[in-house]
Amino acid sequence: MSTNSRTGLPNTSAKRLAKGLGWFSVGLGLAELLAPRAIAGISGVSKERTGLIRLYGLRELAAGIAIFSQKKPTGAMWSRVAGDALDLVSLSVACTSPDAKRGRITFATANVVAVTALDIICAKQLSNGSKQGIHAKGACIVNSTPEEVYQFWRNFQNLPRFMRHVDSVEELGEGRSHWKVKGPAGMEVEWDATIVADVPNEVITWRTLENADVDHAGAVRFERAAGGRGTIIKVNLEYLPVGGVIGSTVAKLFGEEPEQQLDDDLRRFKQVMEVGEVVVSDATLLGSGYMEQRPGRPAAVDELESAEMLPSETATNYPSEGRTMQR
Amino acid sequence: MKANCWYGKTMLSVEEVPDPQILNQRDAIVKISSTAICGSDLHLYNGLIPTMQRGDILGHEFMGEVVEVGREITNLRIGDRVVVPFPIACGNCFFCKEQMFSLCENSNPNAWMAEKAFGHAAAGIFGYSHLTGGFAGGQAEYARVPFADVGPVKVPDHLSDEQVLFLSDIFPTGYMGAEMCDIQPGDTIAIWGCGPVGQFSIRSAFLLGAERVIAIDEVPERLQMAEQGGAETIDYTKQNVYEALMDKTGGRGPDACIDDVGMEAHAPWPIEAYDRVKQAMMLETDRPHALREAIMCCRNGGTISVIGVYGGFIDKFPMGSVMQRSLTIRTGQAHVQRYMRPLLQLIENGDIDPSFVVTHRMSLDDAPHAYDIFKNKQDNCIKVVLKPDWNANGKNEVIH
Repeated sequence: MSTNSRTGLPNTSAKRLAKGLGWFSVGLGLAELLAPRAIAGISGVSKERTGLIRLYGLRELAAGIAIFSQKKPTGAMWSRVAGDALDLVSLSVACTSPDAKRGRITFATANVVAVTALDIICAKQLSNGSKQGIHAKGACIVNSTPEEVYQFWRNFQNLPRFMRHVDSVEELGEGRSHWKVKGPAGMEVEWDATIVADVPNEVITWRTLENADVDHAGAVRFERAAGGRGTIIKVNLEYLPVGGVIGSTVAKLFGEEPEQQLDDDLRRFKQVMEVGEVVVSDATLLGSGYMEQRPGRPAAVDELESAEMLPSETATNYPSEGRTMQR
Repeated sequence: MKANCWYGKTMLSVEEVPDPQILNQRDAIVKISSTAICGSDLHLYNGLIPTMQRGDILGHEFMGEVVEVGREITNLRIGDRVVVPFPIACGNCFFCKEQMFSLCENSNPNAWMAEKAFGHAAAGIFGYSHLTGGFAGGQAEYARVPFADVGPVKVPDHLSDEQVLFLSDIFPTGYMGAEMCDIQPGDTIAIWGCGPVGQFSIRSAFLLGAERVIAIDEVPERLQMAEQGGAETIDYTKQNVYEALMDKTGGRGPDACIDDVGMEAHAPWPIEAYDRVKQAMMLETDRPHALREAIMCCRNGGTISVIGVYGGFIDKFPMGSVMQRSLTIRTGQAHVQRYMRPLLQLIENGDIDPSFVVTHRMSLDDAPHAYDIFKNKQDNCIKVVLKPDWNANGKNEVIH
């Protein structure tokens, strides 16, 4: 899917760069710690400063260890940037010292500036990565042909029937659609999306328009299952919070386990396709999450009214009215 | 309405709860005339099944009269007398089309819980914890029955409740236990457990062509009922089961063995003590003594049919014996919908009268007492039928 390339790959290369800089930190730190006089000689600062150089060596070592001990060393990389600034200040101070060798100090400063640039690039990439948003992928298998499943999905107005957080999708024509999505605490988030790719019976991809508050992209693929046993549906979703309240609201929508939520949506999708509506039990009237379970006993009328996804909202074309008898 | 609700280990309360309503368009509401306590309800009663919630209504063996149907139901009419199968099945998914109804992919709205516990989810079940869907059970005055166009079977008026009630679970379950043995004429079948399901396995094994059935238990009235069904019996507290079976089969072993016991097996004390300690320390969830013994006793190339309920993990499983001796293990929750009509035909033909298994009829109000005597095998209790329309302490009947 298209979405991974934008944020996923740079993040990996940033991590690789961080690792390289980590080894650099360890190497330089050990050299400063074990051979401070040689370091002073190379960088042109006074050989009296061995104590300070050893201290900086310890700092370098600490930064290196921090980079290797963190899964995503954003903090450690920014601390390296701070260390670089300190180095640069120290070098300019050293420049004023009477026994300073100006040429060597200039050479050392150029090197530190180069490393600082790398550190800043790496730290910034890692920081951007921390806002990289939510990815989810899921799959299900449905007892229908790819043609039937594609037709159902291509009509985006069907999506709210099984996507729990989507209130409505309105088709605007020319592949565009307007989405209303339920947020926490009764908030509603809206955006316009457009279809990017549409290969009948195979794949649909969509993404939000440029000016949307939420950067969202999705793809659904339809594959004929082996042996003609229905259709495999594969979904990839990505939400990139653009920032601010709406961004974090969207993040909260998906909670800790976005894939679990997508799985639940896909299970409801399968029910709608195979059974005609979303199946509920007494326990799942308010949702199927662990904290949403109510006891396995009938709900009182007022409790039913607060049910989140009553099947009557998802049912289609039932021929006749229900027949009841007083009891 | 009144319903028997679970409030914790061995804590039940019969109380007023709201009446069920149609929630899905293929639902029906059934006014319950008879409902039974199943041996597997004791696992809930004993607190061994996770994901129970206080206030859950128990019960998955019930029958009654249709009083309301959803808009999609055309096969049932108000007033129809039906028996309801315990697995809930949609009839449309891959597994339902393959007649494997207890594996329905659409009937468990809490499938994610079952996936965490078992890797994949099976069908929803009435009144059997939240990981089988969290559906209200049938030990109540009314029940909502999803997919009423697939599950409930209409029963003729000339058959009594107790002749047809057990089509909901224990007759098909015992029958499937025997059917999984792929019984050939002349076969000898050994059956661990002479509770209600074991009793139906004994009779089903004969119906399917077994020549000898050897039944294993310790409770005298259960062994007696097994003998009435034509079985030879072994009391494991008086005889070594392996030696007795080898003696009866000339050292070859029975052709197939049925585990009608499941996760709460009793055993000679050192083995039971071992499993109880492991269970208490959460090193195993189930006590699989009957299954281990069945494997060791089965003849080479024979079949182990596991129809007793297991819920989690077991310890000291003799896989070497299974592999070295070409054993086949078959298992599963009964695909009740597959068996209801053929077995109803057997009842109508007079080939079997399932009411033999009933020992107690009680009011639904007395459900807590009924669980107590059933669990502790007091008062010769083998099978209790609860009547929602009887008064408490009214006309409870004990049949011996």
